[in-house]
Order: sequence, then structure tokens, then C-alpha cells
Amino acid sequence: MAVSCGLIGPFVVTRGMAFAVHGTAELAFTGAAAGLLVADNPVVGALVGAVVVAMLISVFGNRQSERDSAIGVILAFGMGIGVLLLGFYQGFATAATNILFGNIFGVSGSQLIVLLVICLVVMAVMGTCYRPLLFASVDPDATESRGVPVRRLGLLFMVVLALSVTGAAQVVGTLLVLSLAITPAAAAQRLSASPLIVPGLSILFAVAAANGGLLASLQSNVKASVFITSFSFALYVLARLTGPLLRDRRRRALHRSHPADQEPPHPSPVPEPPGTPARAGER
Amino acid sequence: MRWEAEVGSSGGAAVALRGATLRFGHHVIWENLDLNVAPGECLAILGPNGAGKTTLLKVMLGLLKLSAGTITIDGRPPGRGRADAGYIAQQRLFDPARPIRGRDLVQFGVDGHRPGLPRTRAAQVDPDIEAVGAQGYADVPVGLLSGGQQQRLRIAQARAGRPRLLLCDEPLTSLDPSAQQEIVAVIDRHRREHGSTVVYVTHEITLIASVVDQVLYVAAGRWAAGPADTVLTTRSLSALYGSHVDVIRVHDHVVIVGEDGSRPGHAGHPP
Repeated sequence: MAVSCGLIGPFVVTRGMAFAVHGTAELAFTGAAAGLLVADNPVVGALVGAVVVAMLISVFGNRQSERDSAIGVILAFGMGIGVLLLGFYQGFATAATNILFGNIFGVSGSQLIVLLVICLVVMAVMGTCYRPLLFASVDPDATESRGVPVRRLGLLFMVVLALSVTGAAQVVGTLLVLSLAITPAAAAQRLSASPLIVPGLSILFAVAAANGGLLASLQSNVKASVFITSFSFALYVLARLTGPLLRDRRRRALHRSHPADQEPPHPSPVPEPPGTPARAGER
Repeated sequence: MRWEAEVGSSGGAAVALRGATLRFGHHVIWENLDLNVAPGECLAILGPNGAGKTTLLKVMLGLLKLSAGTITIDGRPPGRGRADAGYIAQQRLFDPARPIRGRDLVQFGVDGHRPGLPRTRAAQVDPDIEAVGAQGYADVPVGLLSGGQQQRLRIAQARAGRPRLLLCDEPLTSLDPSAQQEIVAVIDRHRREHGSTVVYVTHEITLIASVVDQVLYVAAGRWAAGPADTVLTTRSLSALYGSHVDVIRVHDHVVIVGEDGSRPGHAGHPP
């Protein structure tokens, strides 16, 4: 699950979808409450809830400016229903806490298989769509001009996101999903700009935080989610501290190479003014 | 290079529109548009905002279907995503935190539309990066580059798809004047070296007047096409707008002023 979160993370960050993650996770809670009530199976309920919500968000909030308010609207309503459903549930109250704050040791064998399948599906989809999705996240107009169905791709990504988020929620809980879906990717982005290294680091960070957190939790009496969130936060802080050093090095490299920018390799009959100064140099 | 050989053999026009009409519901964008752009020619599409200039580019890209009439690119109808046409979008600055380098952006021009994981093949993109003079900053995150540098990389990206037709949608907007001249020069050098056809959508005929062979002016559902000197006249544009507009030439600037003093789709320098 950490792997799939690390994989979608970079897109969540570049597409500015942190709130969408939070929204789907919260509503996975509603779905889980419904699942608990109807079939005593919170995982399946959470999955259905998250996917439905992801599609709603795609449909209502196609533009980024609309999206956040659309999520807010759906989220508030969905949480209300979730609380109502939980009120009807006569089981142990811990079931509710587990949904919100996660409990990996509460996941049954069959649910574990469901999670594993989700993880494989997410990896398969992302393995196929990674390149066009990255292109679309960076420059949607150019991507569309190459015939990529940008909107459908965005919808597919929302569904994949919903699946990963639900899976991660089983471990860290719906309220803390961001620590696996966003923090590792945000940390990775501080360290690299390569389209392969960023997801690689992101997955690495997510896996390290998740496993480290589980191990630490086994050694103590504290819930795993506490350690997972702290570890991933620590990685982020580290990345923020080291990131500027790397960035400065790149800027210096940019300065050194700047003269090359002023001389186009081909002679041109149209006189060209000298290259504009790099924006990085001015700041 | 690969796409050069095919230019001459296609015979007819690079872009041909016959009775082309586009409607959204009952709203006519433009109708009965006839246009011929010869291979290697440079066309400028001018007109006020909302006249359907970018829409016409989308038709050429095969992203939108005509309501009536025909369009052919090199004698064939444009197909969605066919690599015949390269597209350079309006200059918009990339987010400084964007984890992507210039060479990744150019690589997208080669394979960005194909499924799979991203990769960078220097052999595939280096010639295009050098052709636009971007080799000095191709490994820097694009968000750290200036607007002109980013736009050069977009041109390299469009080139990397080996298009015979280069569609430039307001590529000069929000660039400073020296960067604007550079970009025009880079695009025109590409046109001359590879015999590519170039289409500009722009508000600024002044900036590209020296490289443009033909002008298409669209306004209020009507259109006029031909050399800039015949289209951008008081008579032809007044007929187009259905009211009197003055076309004033000051040095090499063209200023279009409506009866009420408004500047419908001014084709000269911004006030």
C-alpha cells in the first residue's frame, strides 16, 4: 500500500490535489461506516465510497478552482452521513476509531487479499499511464494536442487515487492518509526534478515510513499511525533542509551555462538580441 | 531529416479549408471559410478575442470537427493526435516547484502520448534542444527558467514530434520584447531549414510581420484572407466588422480603431 501511495504521490502534489486526497479519505470513512452497518465489512464499503466520491469530484470539479469547493461541499455532506451511519452501528466503538486512525492489525486475512489486489491494480494502471499522465500534469494543452484524452485520464487517476487512499487508510486511518499519499512525494520533489527519481524516492520514503512505523509500534504500545506520520514528517523536514542546497547547486550550474544560451548554434540572418537573463538569477 | 523528404511530395496545400463552418449550437463561430496555405508558408490568424482563432487551430489538430465543409492537412483530414502538427501553446510560466527538467519536456514531444514510464533518451532530444539554443539549461527544472527559455523548450518539444505543420497559439504573449524577437527568429529558422508550414494565432501582427506570407482575419463570423497589405485595410476590415473601422499604419505598426474609439482585436502594439 505504501508503494502505491508513493507512486501516486508525485501526481497528487503536481496536480495540486492534496485536498482531493483528504476528501476521498474522509468519505472512505462514510463508506466504511456504511459497509460496517450493511455487511460488517468496512474495507469494501470504504472502497466503494472512495471510488464514488472520486468520480463525483472529477465531474463537479473539473477545473482546479472549482475542485476545492466541490470537494468541500461533498466532504461536509458525506461526513455528516458517516456520523449518522455510525450512530446506527451497534458494534464496538473501536471499529470507528480504527477507521479514523487506522489499525493494521485489525485487518483480516481476506481483507488483506483485497488490499493486495488493489495495490497491484494501482501499480499496473500507473505503470501504463505514468508518462501521458505526467505530460498532462505538466502541460495539459500540449498533451491534448497530441491526442491524449486528458479528461478521461484525469478521471482514471482519481479512481486510482481513491483506491490507494482507501488502502492506506486501513493502515494509518482516513484522517492520516496524507502522511503516506503526500508527505513522501512532497519530500521527494524537494530533492530531485527527474521524472524517474521523484517517484522512486517517493515510494522509498513511503515504504520506509510505513514499515518503520509498524516496527516501532510493535516495540511499544503506541499505534502504528503515530510512528508512520512522525517518520514521514521527519523525512519531509530533512528533505526541506537539504533541498535548498541541491537547488543552489543547480542554479550555479545554470549561471555557468548561461553564455551558451546567448549564442544560438545556427547562424541566423535575423539579428537576435542577447538571451534574457535567467529568472533564477534575479531572485 | 525525416520529415523533410515528404514535404514536396504531398503536392497540394499544406492546409486547405473549403466552405469550413463551425457552430456551437446556433452560435456561428465562422462560416464558409476557404483557405489555402502552401507548404513552407507562414500564416497569421488575427482577430478579436472570441472570434474563433484558437478554435481553428483545434480543428487543424483534429481535436474539433467542422460543422460543415472540409479541411485537409497535406491532403488528408486531420486525425486526432496524428503527428502531422506540432503545437506550441500560449506562454504560461511553469510552477517553480514543478519537478521536471527541460529535456523531459522535450522528450514528451517524442513519446509523451504513448503509455509507459517516462524516460530520457539524449539521442532523441539533443538535436532539438540544440536547434532552439537550449542546451545550456536543458537539465535545470523548467520552473527556474525565464519565460523565453521555457518557450524555446516548448518549440523544441513541438519539433521533436517531427511535424510538417507548426501551430503556434499566441506564443509571444507575456514575453518581454527581446524574448519575443528571439522566439520569432527560432520558429522562422525552423521553418526555413525544414520547409515546415507555420501558423500563428496572435494579437500582434507587428512582431511577426516580417515572416508572415498570408493573413487570415476572423471577426463576427466573417473572415478575410490574403497578404497582410490587402487584408489589414480600412475597407476590408470595415466590411468584416459591418461597421467603420480605421486601420492606421504608424511606421511598421498596424493599429485598428473602431468607430467608437474601441480597439477590436488590435493588431498593433498594446496601448
